[in-house]
Amino acid sequence: MELITPARPSATADFIRRHPTIVIGALLLILITLAAVFAPWIARDPITFEPINRLKSPSAAFWLGTDALGRDVFARMVYGARISLIVGLAVALIAIVSGSVIGLLAGYFNAFDAIVMRLMDGIMAIPSILLAIALVALLGSSVSVVIIAISIPEVPRVTRLVRAVVLSVRDLPFVEAARSNGTRIGKLLRRHILPSTVAPLIVQATYICASAILTEAGLSFLGAGTPPEIPTWGNMIAGNRLYLQIAPWTIFAPGICLALVVLAVNLLGDGLRDRLDPRISRGI
Amino acid sequence: MLSYVLRRLLGVIPVMLVVGIFVFSLLHLAPGDPAAIIAGDNATPDNIARIRTNLGLDRPLLEQFASWSWATVRGDLGVSMYSGIPVTTLVQQRMGPTFSLAITTLIVAVSIAVTLGVLAAWKAGSLLDRAVMGLAVTGFSVPVFVVGYIMVYYVSLQWRWLPVQGYKPIADGVGLWLSHLVLPSFALGLAYVALIARITRASMLEVLAEDYIRTASAKGVSTMPMLLRHALRNAAVPIVTVIGIGVALLISGVVITESVFNIPGIGRLVVDAISRRDYPIIQGSMIIFAAVYVLINLAIDISYGFLDPRIRYN
Repeated sequence: MELITPARPSATADFIRRHPTIVIGALLLILITLAAVFAPWIARDPITFEPINRLKSPSAAFWLGTDALGRDVFARMVYGARISLIVGLAVALIAIVSGSVIGLLAGYFNAFDAIVMRLMDGIMAIPSILLAIALVALLGSSVSVVIIAISIPEVPRVTRLVRAVVLSVRDLPFVEAARSNGTRIGKLLRRHILPSTVAPLIVQATYICASAILTEAGLSFLGAGTPPEIPTWGNMIAGNRLYLQIAPWTIFAPGICLALVVLAVNLLGDGLRDRLDPRISRGI
Repeated sequence: MLSYVLRRLLGVIPVMLVVGIFVFSLLHLAPGDPAAIIAGDNATPDNIARIRTNLGLDRPLLEQFASWSWATVRGDLGVSMYSGIPVTTLVQQRMGPTFSLAITTLIVAVSIAVTLGVLAAWKAGSLLDRAVMGLAVTGFSVPVFVVGYIMVYYVSLQWRWLPVQGYKPIADGVGLWLSHLVLPSFALGLAYVALIARITRASMLEVLAEDYIRTASAKGVSTMPMLLRHALRNAAVPIVTVIGIGVALLISGVVITESVFNIPGIGRLVVDAISRRDYPIIQGSMIIFAAVYVLINLAIDISYGFLDPRIRYN
């Protein structure tokens, strides 16, 4: 006797069909990360300028043309990806780690809670770009100052999220059981409460990464971010703004690249949210 | 009701206190002597000493904070280090353009976003719905200066429909005033549209699944009144909440938009202050923008009772 089994799609094909946004977002990010890592091999030097080649249109020699100083726009764009990716990742990491620690403590210890949450309300009220501008103006412009300045306003979002999860699980039977077994507080938080926060935190991390990349670009654009000698998408757009009419590629190329990276991260986040927990709503 | 408003008003105090501590400590957190920072790079020791006594920087920190807070509460935000003009005067001079930009953006963004969100929820799963959701993700990903320059390139430079940049006060004519605000408010509004449309759609989807909507359509209420009077009114609370939270997004966007379109508002004031390291201006505008954010969200909290009579204040 023969059984006729319907053709089953492979696991990979099935995943792509069910979560197209994760796949598209991840592929775009992998591509851009590879370009950023191997920048010296795929692009010429982004700093040297050849005045003879000022404002050249895109051509075989200069794929995306040159800017007002005769620098290769494609090369600057590829190197600019480095700053965006580093800032995005670092801010997400710092905000998630510090926000989780504060949120765990605030959610678990009532005495700590009121003060911390008022502090977070206050930080949330300060416009993030102004806070970053103030810190950069005070501490001088460097990539690490930019990373810290962008991380601070993101911490309250994580704290609130983690605190809410802790409040919802801390009196559940399994936590109660661990507590009555005499589990020490550190282990209790780490082993029994922290795991519940992982899924929402992964999703939140992608949104923080996207918003950090946007804020870094905004700061660079305003001239209050990464030092001007390092090419970033933001300072490329700011530096070429006067040539919008005669050399629009000098602005559109980094602009579209920036939008694509943020879109990729957002798509990844939306896909992960649907995959991990459909109930998580998007934070602001 | 009155006690609720009072309680919420009192709740503003700790938030603004935290903002105050943060803004105040900025100067003191920085490595080095605040007086030397204020005096600038080529100041003599005499200069620095004079600034220190003038600003009271030699007094205990707590005393400095107390007098600084009291001055701030009375509306004295200090004096610009560059021009010597009081920060409040500078801000007042720049308020018109910023306010105009914020209001037009709010009107443009909320009307587009709510319309799109309602239509997307009504035709859930359709091509229109997917287009709106696509726009929402994209709108969240494209920074205001990228949209801004793309629009300026096509609308102003290629087609010559609207001015490239600048600002004209409303006294010069409403048409002229508006024509300078169209591109900035669309560029600034895009992310806001994305945010609000998403929430409107989600909130409407929830309401449209309710029994009373089925009852309404069963008894023959036509589509538009059903969507607007029955559904949107009941979906309003989350939408209004996100409009309030999104004000933070709008404020950060205003600073950048004013730079893109060369609008002489408070945002430009701050950006110009960066290179001059004019700290009182940066600190003052942080306080003002934070207060605006807190007050708008306070107003929204209080408005819930009017939007949804089921919400009781207690």
